[in-house]
Amino acid sequence: MTIDINKIRKDFPILEELIHGKPLVYFDNAATTQKPRQVVDKLVEYYYKYNSNIHRGVHYLSNKSTDGNENARVIVQNFINAKHSHEVIFTSGATESVNLVANSFGDRFISEGDEVIVSELEHHSNIVPWQLICERKKATLKVLPFNDHGELMIEKLDDLITDRTKIIAVNHISNSLGTINPIRKIIEIAHAKNVRVLIDAAQSVQHKKIDVQDLNVDFLVFSGHKIYGPTGIGVLYGKEELLNEMPPWKGGGEMISEVTFEKTTYNELPYKFEAGTPNYIDAIGLGAAIEYVESIGIENIDAYEQELLTYATEKLLSIDGLRIYGTAKEKTSVISFLVEGIHFYDMGMLLDQMGIAVRTGTHCTEPVMQHFGIDGTVRASFSFYNTKEEIDSLYNGILKVCKMFAVK
Amino acid sequence: MTINEIQEDIIEEFAGFEDWMDKYAYLIELGTDLSGLDEKYQTESNLIKGCQSKVWFNASLENGVVKLEADSDAIIVKGIAALLIRVFNNQTPEDIMNADLKFIDEIGLKQHLSPTRSNGLVSMVKQIKMYGIAFNHVSK
Repeated sequence: MTIDINKIRKDFPILEELIHGKPLVYFDNAATTQKPRQVVDKLVEYYYKYNSNIHRGVHYLSNKSTDGNENARVIVQNFINAKHSHEVIFTSGATESVNLVANSFGDRFISEGDEVIVSELEHHSNIVPWQLICERKKATLKVLPFNDHGELMIEKLDDLITDRTKIIAVNHISNSLGTINPIRKIIEIAHAKNVRVLIDAAQSVQHKKIDVQDLNVDFLVFSGHKIYGPTGIGVLYGKEELLNEMPPWKGGGEMISEVTFEKTTYNELPYKFEAGTPNYIDAIGLGAAIEYVESIGIENIDAYEQELLTYATEKLLSIDGLRIYGTAKEKTSVISFLVEGIHFYDMGMLLDQMGIAVRTGTHCTEPVMQHFGIDGTVRASFSFYNTKEEIDSLYNGILKVCKMFAVK
Repeated sequence: MTINEIQEDIIEEFAGFEDWMDKYAYLIELGTDLSGLDEKYQTESNLIKGCQSKVWFNASLENGVVKLEADSDAIIVKGIAALLIRVFNNQTPEDIMNADLKFIDEIGLKQHLSPTRSNGLVSMVKQIKMYGIAFNHVSK
């Protein structure tokens, strides 16, 4: 099956919008993806027909909402091939998932003098939570560097791990450079030394097939809104035995078994980690988003996006003075670039005037920018609803900006 | 000229542009022509750091009027800074303090001054106002 781009684009009403009077070219997909009708319709359906707080009521609507939420959990379970649905914890997003692990795993397993390893390629969300727990526990944060192509120097990992290393937290795909990291290898190296691994899959679940059992990963996190689902919902996958050993992170309703003022006992997985009224409608929306992605086929999506990446890379590199940051052999459909003499803010503002939405700045990866000695880049990130014609628009837009700067 | 007269002038100038390209080409020109800040003033304390662009800004009081200088690594931001300087430079602290900054909105550049667009310009405007207040206090 190949991608029926015209049919797909009709599923995303926002793509028909005019921005500053011009057709929208949306190339900020690594920040958030647009939502298909199937997802929005599902949210509307649940709010209009079935909304009721879950797990509590005895009435019809409460059961209906509860079923929807738990069905979404099973959809996520199957999507990442988790062994049990209770290994899927709903959170507000990848950031909260990392914070949950850093705090709960950290509380239980990290002590003074221990070490946590992150990579130089991480999003701030996979750095700062670890810095916080390391500070609190007087542990050390160590960094796995990347080379000038934006590839992790995995050969250094073995030496970086000591008998005090407790966990390695790395992303599967870099949000600012698009590098696909060799996570299978990282997990193997870590496990050989009894070190746990958290994979930040925020930039990969929407592009690549993930099988948590096959990878044998300990924790995996992602956000719903980057995989065509609603904002405010995310996933933490964790191995059952680990999650069971970890203490609750947030307290409140739902996560308890029995409460007295003397002692509270906690609910079982996954509810132990889902304090308060869960974001069940968005969880249901995420389920719909995953079903939508699966109806197109993640392999088809990946193949088409690779085609866009190759086309765009060639096209953009033909522009005088344009440099791409992140030239790893294995990349996803993200292009970070700068044109000599043109600030990324100026480039982004002028492209916006042409209806082209790109990201500018550090992309929440300041260490990556520091590596290259730059303040930021322009980032174009493509999704399966984008077209080569839109890439042509970007190309022509950049040329136009170059011209405006040449005649200054 | 008063602050309001200069603002009116700018609004009139921009009304003459037929499309966004002319407008931005003009901003690029203004940004390029602005002499900027002597390197010795490009210090950490004069730096307004946004995650999008940097603005360096210096103000002083000379003979009862405020002297302003600014620089930015982004040309469009520098162009807008040039307009802000044109409006506020050589004005008295009291006039700056009481000024109603309206031209940015009227020439359709409001998006550059949204508080969430961290390009340093919002902070620059705030600082100009604060210098107005501070210098007003000093000169009395």
